[in-house]
Amino acid sequence: MMNRYGFRKFKNRLFFIICALCVVVAVIPLVSILFEVVIRGAPQLSLNFLTAPAAKGGIGQAIQGTLILIGLTSIIGIPIGVLSGVYLSEFGNNRYAQSLRTINNILTQFPSIIVGITAYGIIVLALGAFSAIAGAIALAFILIPIVTRTTEESLKLVPNNLREASLALGAHNWRTTLSVVLPAAKNGLVTGVLLAVARIAGETAPLIMTILGSRYFFQGFNQPMAALPLEIWRDSLQPYPDLQAKAWGAALILILMVLIINVAVRLASRSRMKT
Amino acid sequence: MRLSNTQQLFSKTKKFKLTGDNIFKILAAVVAASALVILLIIGYTLAEGSVPVLREFGLSFFFGQQWNPIAGKEAFSILPYVLGTLATSGIALLIGVPLSLGIAIFLVEMAPRSLRLPISYLVELLAAVPSVIYGLWGLFVFRFWMLNYIETPVSTYLGWIPFFSSSLKGLNIFTAGAILAIMIIPTIASISKEVLSAVPNSIREGAYSIGATKWEVIQHWVLSYGRSGIFGAIILGLGRAVGETMAVTMLIGNAIGPAAMPTSLFSSSQTLASLIANGFMEAPRGSLASSAYIGAGLTLLFISLLINVGAHLVMTRVFKVKGGAVE
Repeated sequence: MMNRYGFRKFKNRLFFIICALCVVVAVIPLVSILFEVVIRGAPQLSLNFLTAPAAKGGIGQAIQGTLILIGLTSIIGIPIGVLSGVYLSEFGNNRYAQSLRTINNILTQFPSIIVGITAYGIIVLALGAFSAIAGAIALAFILIPIVTRTTEESLKLVPNNLREASLALGAHNWRTTLSVVLPAAKNGLVTGVLLAVARIAGETAPLIMTILGSRYFFQGFNQPMAALPLEIWRDSLQPYPDLQAKAWGAALILILMVLIINVAVRLASRSRMKT
Repeated sequence: MRLSNTQQLFSKTKKFKLTGDNIFKILAAVVAASALVILLIIGYTLAEGSVPVLREFGLSFFFGQQWNPIAGKEAFSILPYVLGTLATSGIALLIGVPLSLGIAIFLVEMAPRSLRLPISYLVELLAAVPSVIYGLWGLFVFRFWMLNYIETPVSTYLGWIPFFSSSLKGLNIFTAGAILAIMIIPTIASISKEVLSAVPNSIREGAYSIGATKWEVIQHWVLSYGRSGIFGAIILGLGRAVGETMAVTMLIGNAIGPAAMPTSLFSSSQTLASLIANGFMEAPRGSLASSAYIGAGLTLLFISLLINVGAHLVMTRVFKVKGGAVE
């Protein structure tokens, strides 16, 4: 009897160790990625590397391209996403909204390469050229569902009392939404939007067949453009060590952009919870 | 507003007027249709683009093995890439699911309170790393771990079994599947975590009261209570693995045609997504080859839709049954 109990206790401890090991195993890749990117990428950094175009050994055009893409995608995607989220949260008590919510959830899980082919089909073929705008629209297709979802979620956290108070003061629904509900949800909204932007900043697959990549600085919205993820992909597959080193340098910049947004957002939302 | 009852009252008593409120509501409703519009655009573009190849090859597009873009000898079939997609996703689930469940169990049931938040942050950061950086790291670092510690020993001792034969390059289904496993851990772990936290404490207390150890409580009560939610989490992870492009493209070895059939654990192959990423730009505009790549995209779309609709059905049922404990 005692032996059996001993075995059960042993099994209990064994599985504790196994589960803890799972955490360790999952964290190893993260640590290794950060370590390698910093070790191999940091020696590349210099003013020239960050600002010069490809011809002069830099990735300036890729950094510029990614920033332009992020800006353009945000301009197209964020207003649409936020307004959709407002509808789903504030007026979303019907069949129509319910089915849109389902479609939206499914869209957030779609393979991004499919979105790339779509943007190629509707924009690149129509305009007859690879272009910055095609890339931005492809990324907007990915951004809109994510922003819609996070907007809806953060608006739902706003207590109904606030809405009732505003209506009691005689404000219209639209006024209540714009001047009471949205400001009250501001923090959650900004967090969600920033995380969504960080996610699309690293998207590569839809850019292959839309912005194509370029060795030169920005030449117009209807021209091919460079971007950091594309730069990393193309350079890493080259057999030349200096190009591979360039890929690591570009990876360091990209991962800094993405992780800084992520960590900052989390720290900010945690300090908000404390106060 | 979510004060929908009052609103319905008003809409019944008042006649519809074009007030500011109605304009705002209609505007928001129209914009919210963007999700539907995006889905329709994607579906239509892919369907329209793959008409030529489907008309030319019919069902053999799905069941053959050849891939030849040379004009006059064209042959396009996607069976090897469908199988490659299934093989890599399968490996990803085999490795990723136990790890993710271990993490979820550790976070919900075992870890000291002070460790929970930092560990969840770290696991979520895994999801924030862009796919192309996984690919870069996989190509220069992870590939050699797999090659030196798993592929070489296994193929040395078991290489006479065709399933383990290897060309010792480290660029193959197994490496691609393993990196996918890392990438789907955050998805499965975070949803399973929510599912496990939603298990009512009374279940645990009841189990403890009849003398179960902590692990027995988890194994026989908590996990079985949350099993359908965990199943949903796994399907969502599968959805992510199926559509993941860049990291797989950089690690799977990019075989084409019959060579891409996943015959061995260590054979190079191709998934639907990596096929498109590698070849789409080389196909001339409007050619049959271009249409074949779009057809591969359409197939991927259907697979992804199937998986995600399935996951959606499971998850809504789970969270409805459990009284909205998770929201």
